[in-house]
Amino acid sequence: MDRLKGKIILISGGARGQGAAEARLFVAEGARVVIGDVLEAEGRQLASELGSTATFVRQDVTQERDWETAVNAARKLGGLHGLVNNAGIYQPRTLMETDSELFERHTRVNQLGCFLGMKAVVLLMEQSGGGSIANISSVAGLRGSPGAIAYSATKWALRGMTKAAAIDLAPRKIRVNSVHPGPIDTEMLNVRTPEQNRQRLQLVPMKRMGTAEEVASLVLFLLSDESGYITGAEVAIDGGATL
Amino acid sequence: MRLAGKVAIISGAASGMGAATARMFAREGANVVIADVLEHEGRQVADAIGGSARFEPLDVTQEESWAAVMAATTGHFGKLDVLVNNAGISGSAEQDFYSTEAWHRIMAVNTTGVFFGLKHAIPAMIANGGGSIVNLSSIAGIIGSEHVHIAYNASKAAVRLMTKWVAVQHGKDNIRANSVHPGIMPPMRTSGRTADPAVRAERMRFIPMRRPGEVDEVAYTILFLASDESSYITGSEIHVDGGVLAI
Repeated sequence: MDRLKGKIILISGGARGQGAAEARLFVAEGARVVIGDVLEAEGRQLASELGSTATFVRQDVTQERDWETAVNAARKLGGLHGLVNNAGIYQPRTLMETDSELFERHTRVNQLGCFLGMKAVVLLMEQSGGGSIANISSVAGLRGSPGAIAYSATKWALRGMTKAAAIDLAPRKIRVNSVHPGPIDTEMLNVRTPEQNRQRLQLVPMKRMGTAEEVASLVLFLLSDESGYITGAEVAIDGGATL
Repeated sequence: MRLAGKVAIISGAASGMGAATARMFAREGANVVIADVLEHEGRQVADAIGGSARFEPLDVTQEESWAAVMAATTGHFGKLDVLVNNAGISGSAEQDFYSTEAWHRIMAVNTTGVFFGLKHAIPAMIANGGGSIVNLSSIAGIIGSEHVHIAYNASKAAVRLMTKWVAVQHGKDNIRANSVHPGIMPPMRTSGRTADPAVRAERMRFIPMRRPGEVDEVAYTILFLASDESSYITGSEIHVDGGVLAI
């Protein structure tokens, strides 16, 4: 009921999928949320559904000024205690099918976006007494992934950036951890066919996809004070896919 | 009440991390079995918690002892939902890091003890339609350690992989298994060198957070993994180490 009581959390890509599930769960646990996204209609709709506990800001994670806007929205609410670097793109292509433009687009959104986010929140988080950052990587950041080389590169990058940031930010009482979802039942997987998605489940001991709510539950734990000694960690949430 | 109605066995719950976990589980609505070789302390923990909390004597190195705890638990509560393999001994009090006697003793408690726990708890969980197993490994199950007998690293690394085996074998039985890897914590009952203040001060430089952990910080992690809140997490590891493994 109140595991995030009094906290203000910023969620990038919060308009739908995992981000939206997180916004709902965090509000249910007593937080106020700033939802950032390029999907303005969905984002505003969600914020209006959540009422006074939620603020929407248009946010392109590749733009520093959009991060500044998001952080200012949190500052107006009174501070910042959590950041979920959740925004990401997934356009799977094999190595031979990938050109520099596709590669760089993934790098800008998934990797640069995450870096800009971490950098943007540090001062306000520190002023707020510390905080917790959850970077959403993937099982594709723990293992090799067929047909998704640009995506994989960024997800491995997030894993490493998380550890580097955890060391740099520990003196400022900011924890940083990475979350590695396996196949999760959201629109991101629409880029694959239902048959392809079903095939992948052969590799999952639990033989099913995860839900956005299940991922949100892990991120809740990492943003709450209960995980106060956990930093620089990587937590897989994948039904056993990457033992 | 994050564990409402669940039945949980916690080994080594007479003191330290195990006792903290037992208290937290009970607070969250679980029926807790405090299983330990230390009967006096174990009964005290159970009495202090009150409610449905019970003490059962358990020597994790003896398979019949595990069988008896399982029979007592399912006999009294009718089922088992959660097993926390927490009992363990430190390798930091050994004078001789190559002692064969110490090798067998540490492996017996830390590794074979976990094996017997899994062997006797899993059938009950299958019968109950599923369950959650949390095994206490350590950062010493992932990186080499300076101040301990070699068996400590070996035993904790073994627990890490045994956990993943359970996840592979029993994913289809709706049984999840995950390992927790505490870093530098308050000294264990059996700690030696690592209880020395000078050694502890020197180890701070390996910890980005520059402090040891608290037992409740590990207990909260065990609670998360034991509960349905972690329902898609199996075969995973959670490092509770103030950033040691990030370096």
